[in-house]
Amino acid sequence: MSANSAFNEEKGGSSNVGEPEYGHDPASGGIFSSDYKRHDDLKEMLDSNKDSLKLEAMKRIVAMIARGKNASDLFPAVVKNVACKNIEVKKLVYVYLVRYAEEQQDLALLSISTFQRGLKDPNQLIRASALRVLSSIRVTIIVPIMMLAIKEAASDMSPYVRKTAAHAIPKLYSLDPDQKDCLIEVIEKLLADKTTLVAGSVVMAFEEVCPERIDLIHKNYRKLCNLLIDVEEWGQVVIINMLTRYARTQFLNPNMNESLLEEGGGEKAFYGSDGDDDEEEDKDEKDKKKAEAPSVVKRKPYVMDPDHRLLLRNTKPLLQSRNAAVVMAVAQLYFHLAPKAEVGVIAKALVRLMRSHSEVQYVVLQNVATMSIKRRGMFEPYLKSFYIRSTDPTQIKVLKLEVLTNLANETNISTILREFQTYIKSMDKDFVAATIQAIGRCATNIGEVRDTCLNGLVQLLSNRDELVVAESVVVIKKLLQMQPEQHSDIIKHMAKLTDNIQVPMARASILWLIGEYCEHVPKIAPDVLRKMAKTFTNEEDIVKLQIINLAAKLYLTNSKQTKLLTQYVLNLAKYDQNYDIRDRARFIRQLIVPTDKSGALSKYAKKLFLALKPAPVLESPFKDRDHFQLGSLSHLLNAKAGGYQELPDWPEAAPDPSVRNVEVKESVPEWTKCSSREKRKEKKVEKPFYSDSEGESGPTESADSDTASDSESGSEESGSGSESEESDQQSESGSEEDEEEEERKKKKEKIKDIFPLNISVCLADHAIFPLPVSTNQTITPSGNLKTYELLHRITGEGLSVEYCFSRQPFSPDPHMVAVQIQFTNSAASEAKNLHIEDAKLQSGMRMKEFPEIGHHRCTLPAGETVSVVMGIDFCDSTQAANFQLCTHTRKFFVSIQPPVGELMMPIFMTENEFKKEQGQLMGMNEITEKVTLGEKCHGEHAVIQRVTTAANLSRVPCGSDKECRFAGKTVTSGSLVLVSVVTKDNGAAQVTVNCEKMVIGTMLVKDILQTLTQ
Amino acid sequence: MIHSLFLVNSSGDIFLEKHWKSVVSRSVCDYFFEAQERASEPENVPPVIPTPHHYLISVLRHRIYFVAVIQSEVPPLFVIEFLHRVVDTFQDYFGVCTEAAIKDNVVVVYELLEEMLDNGFPLATESNILKELIKPPTILRTVVNTITGSTNVGEQLPTGQLSVVPWRRTGVKYTNNEAYFDVVEEIDAIIDKSGSTITAEIQGVIDACVKLTGMPDLTLSFMNPRLLDDVSFHPCVRFKRWEAERILSFIPPDGNFRLLSYHVSSQNLHPLRSTSLVAIPVYVKHNITFREGSSQGRFELTLGPKQTMGKGVEAVLVNSQLPRGVLNTNLNPSQGTYTFDPVTKLLTWDVGKINPQKLPSLKGSMSLQAGASKPDENPTINIQFKIQQSALSGLKVNRLDMYGEKYKPFKGIKYMTKAGKFQVRT
Repeated sequence: MSANSAFNEEKGGSSNVGEPEYGHDPASGGIFSSDYKRHDDLKEMLDSNKDSLKLEAMKRIVAMIARGKNASDLFPAVVKNVACKNIEVKKLVYVYLVRYAEEQQDLALLSISTFQRGLKDPNQLIRASALRVLSSIRVTIIVPIMMLAIKEAASDMSPYVRKTAAHAIPKLYSLDPDQKDCLIEVIEKLLADKTTLVAGSVVMAFEEVCPERIDLIHKNYRKLCNLLIDVEEWGQVVIINMLTRYARTQFLNPNMNESLLEEGGGEKAFYGSDGDDDEEEDKDEKDKKKAEAPSVVKRKPYVMDPDHRLLLRNTKPLLQSRNAAVVMAVAQLYFHLAPKAEVGVIAKALVRLMRSHSEVQYVVLQNVATMSIKRRGMFEPYLKSFYIRSTDPTQIKVLKLEVLTNLANETNISTILREFQTYIKSMDKDFVAATIQAIGRCATNIGEVRDTCLNGLVQLLSNRDELVVAESVVVIKKLLQMQPEQHSDIIKHMAKLTDNIQVPMARASILWLIGEYCEHVPKIAPDVLRKMAKTFTNEEDIVKLQIINLAAKLYLTNSKQTKLLTQYVLNLAKYDQNYDIRDRARFIRQLIVPTDKSGALSKYAKKLFLALKPAPVLESPFKDRDHFQLGSLSHLLNAKAGGYQELPDWPEAAPDPSVRNVEVKESVPEWTKCSSREKRKEKKVEKPFYSDSEGESGPTESADSDTASDSESGSEESGSGSESEESDQQSESGSEEDEEEEERKKKKEKIKDIFPLNISVCLADHAIFPLPVSTNQTITPSGNLKTYELLHRITGEGLSVEYCFSRQPFSPDPHMVAVQIQFTNSAASEAKNLHIEDAKLQSGMRMKEFPEIGHHRCTLPAGETVSVVMGIDFCDSTQAANFQLCTHTRKFFVSIQPPVGELMMPIFMTENEFKKEQGQLMGMNEITEKVTLGEKCHGEHAVIQRVTTAANLSRVPCGSDKECRFAGKTVTSGSLVLVSVVTKDNGAAQVTVNCEKMVIGTMLVKDILQTLTQ
Repeated sequence: MIHSLFLVNSSGDIFLEKHWKSVVSRSVCDYFFEAQERASEPENVPPVIPTPHHYLISVLRHRIYFVAVIQSEVPPLFVIEFLHRVVDTFQDYFGVCTEAAIKDNVVVVYELLEEMLDNGFPLATESNILKELIKPPTILRTVVNTITGSTNVGEQLPTGQLSVVPWRRTGVKYTNNEAYFDVVEEIDAIIDKSGSTITAEIQGVIDACVKLTGMPDLTLSFMNPRLLDDVSFHPCVRFKRWEAERILSFIPPDGNFRLLSYHVSSQNLHPLRSTSLVAIPVYVKHNITFREGSSQGRFELTLGPKQTMGKGVEAVLVNSQLPRGVLNTNLNPSQGTYTFDPVTKLLTWDVGKINPQKLPSLKGSMSLQAGASKPDENPTINIQFKIQQSALSGLKVNRLDMYGEKYKPFKGIKYMTKAGKFQVRT
């Protein structure tokens, strides 16, 4: 029992123990009497051999997690099952692991190797799910592993895996913000991705990690616009929001001319007191005008950037989305970016959303309220859609009122007021109060109906509901301030109300009103004060303050009648409980009652108290909310939420639009990893769904003024899209067998058909010999390929030649090593007919020459550079290949000697296969050396990078982080090359190479030792 | 994005929690409970509640609050729309979305939530993909699973996620190939005291149930597509084709789905006349009065059909919230049954079918609190009804064609009109 009691203690620390309702859970079955016993039982079940028992146990554990119970003590028992064959058990274990890994970091590490193995699985879905779980485990120690996995997955050939990589980026970022720079590189790479599956996720990652790096978007802008309609809904929202910000930094304000014209015109002059019109805009405009006025006159008329137009055009169809979030995103984009004349289209869509769930309505109405202040005309036709039903929740009613008030103008005010009249009879009193406020606002905004409204409100003063009366009083007070002279009878009427109304705010309002206009009601005012003095002690604080105010004002105007009353009130106030009231009383007494000591101020007491006060402005709470991006959380709360990105102001002058131009050439695929068979199979899937209509014609929306320039850029974009697809296929087939060459040629011709331009030439070259844009070793970035000099510029009389081992499979002959040769003609004249002659090769060695350069174009013009790829079969030896390099005038003797690491190519193995193969290559075939690692060479990552740079090998997953394993085979004979590096804590390491070819093995060990000690 | 999700029942208990990032303590929900207390009605809880460190965004469906915890800026509609999608998925899986159903299927719920979001960003929300990943529990499967110990989790890997038509499963097979479309229109209206229409608009949807083998490509055309100028589509509809030819062309999802929804307002039905002329299918005559000084009130209500294109009005149900002063009612329906709840003051009259020869009526008196002054508010009357075989806007499907598959499917189209938010002010 001692174990049990210990267990109990442990449980005591957790928050929710021993929940009695536990038995209700169907999964738990209610068999077990107490907590500790059940957990023991679960452990037993998890340790059993039967999947069904394990499953049952996992289900119960997940049910516990779901209810918020602590199940962390089961961690060791659960984590053992991470490699279970049963899919459901495995999934539930993942759920558990992700939930508790953070608390049990050390134990969580046990599971990592399983996921690492999963990352190498030939099935893309397993690779993706391994990455997903691995990246969800919030354990800081595995950050480097995650980073590596993400980088690798980012260049996976399955778009689904790449999507998962994009999802993993923010996870890693939140775990370790120091990785930002590396992650930005990955994001940059994924942004260039052309599949719709990836686009949404990578933009989401961009927004979380580096929203400020707007420069990363330039090259992808047009592609994102064009892909948008095919991206999944959630991605669309994120992309549209991001593009709104982007457009604000890159394009000019489409309304800048209009807004200048409009200023001082029409509307505003009409409503002298129109408080809630666009004051801020006004100011902006004025500022802008100051800055721009001189230049605007000279400047050519505004022409919309074709890219700006592209964005507006491609988002418009999404107003038809079934997803409210997408519609809202497009609506805000139009509101912030479109010319005034075009914004109208969003009104209809937003009104349609109002039929949705009440939460959606709530958010949409908030945004409509803001929009309707700036662009009233837009929603006017839909006025009736904002009419209120008695069944609406109060918060919706209040928002609808807000919109109706914003939409009110002289023409529709009578209908709106009639509608308001019915609302006042509603049973929902909060709503009635809001309606009265709304009437008040209409009255201040539209001068013509002020009297009507005032009369209506005065009628409400006799309403039976006190709340209604009180609210009316408050509103009337505000209205009266605008023109008090004409309304002394209303003031009298209100003075009578003091006997009945109990709502403090209303009483305070009446008292203030009487005090302020006591000259209009000279007889009543002192009487009111008398009554108030009687009840002073029982009043609320705000009422007391107003009584003191009233007393002071009366004392100043009519001291004969009220002197005693005032003294009395001030005396009562002197001993009040509230210090504010005591302070006020003291202050006022000093000010108004003349004494010997009274200061200079008392002379001005009348001026102080009875100064003419400006009329209050009743304005919408939604005024100026549009400085927040609409549709955002910050806008809804009217406060900046964490992570909110400000919507920048339009630039004064447009930044260079050419940054968005995409070079057609650079779209060579970046993944070469998995077997080509799988590649082809998955490839078929990727064609965009809607491309049927778009493929040939490009975006076809008609009759824009700028269609000419526009469609040009559009088709260029779609061109580059399909081109890349083609070349994807090219490179794929690049790794295929010879027999496919014909097919390839056909494709090549097809490309030429599509691009009758001169790019086809270099494309064709690529097609035969894929250029190494990046290596297949994810850890060696492309820049790490070491280049060697073949011919120096001086000896070559201006022609310099360099070569490097591209580490790509050489497609015409898999037994050859691909050597990429780069010619640079720095001479003044052109070099013609570059070719190879007279190869002097060791026996057995073979060479596949590159096609004669100059064949197509006849020359390599001065100052230009061209790359070709040739293949050499070195027969697994490091003997140099000697040959002559010829131009039309000269011949040069050159030789290429391969480092031993380049004579092999990577193969994939699991840990077990590796061990098995290693076991068979013992004795003579095994070479072991000890080494002290160089200073900069500590850590797994550094070791992996060094080794993979030195030799063309691939990494083998391994459970321990002390050991790194690599596998490959020699290019010609296909003999296995296995390398393992075991590091020790003190910086020492042991390198083991197993290879049938002992020469290769010996040389490889030397090379690796050298690179590790550096 | 979405950090955590809490499900709260009507009595304020958290009965499920799920975290997609690090764990957020459930005490964060206290802010929600506070707001809940402040709100007079359950639906008056603000959908967005700021707290010192988080934001809570909630939706209320089936008397369960789905409370999402957010830590930084995200469009609120994004979260709300997602939460509704979650509820729809539960409903799709379990038939109902109640606390009991969720508790019974807690493991499936958890698996679903796990697939729907990754790190708080939606991953798979399309029901077809989810069903491939996690099979919905049926009675048969539950029994089989308990006996054989097999699982809900799909054995084969879900390829749908990789497809360009993510909403459709591959390898669908049916012995009977059928495609049914329901055109359902709801009329929203406010009728004022005198019986004239203040606003009237039609909300229509086309719901489909498509069970077709393989990868069929359907086109649906209308007799009068001009009516549909305010529409939203399921993602499967090819928008370009609609823009150009006003034809719906799509590869349908498998099973039930909403193909499109549309909105017909009075303006676009009759562009020349700005007043609403959406045909109102029923009229209401009412006389509800309270006399000053008397503790009695009169209540008279008569319903009648109007502009129904010869179709019968069925399933009529009248609701009215009477003023607080009303203590009880003594009414006499000419047909159907009526109930009055003295606590909530809700009057319900289940009318049934309207017979044009003998109009249904409800007459009688209301007793008021003695001595209290007469209520100055008038009740509004909410009406529900159905009209079979007619779409009020006059929308008609012309034809449905199928391409891409060889067999001949069975096709059916049904029309129906219902009252949406149909309100009569008195």
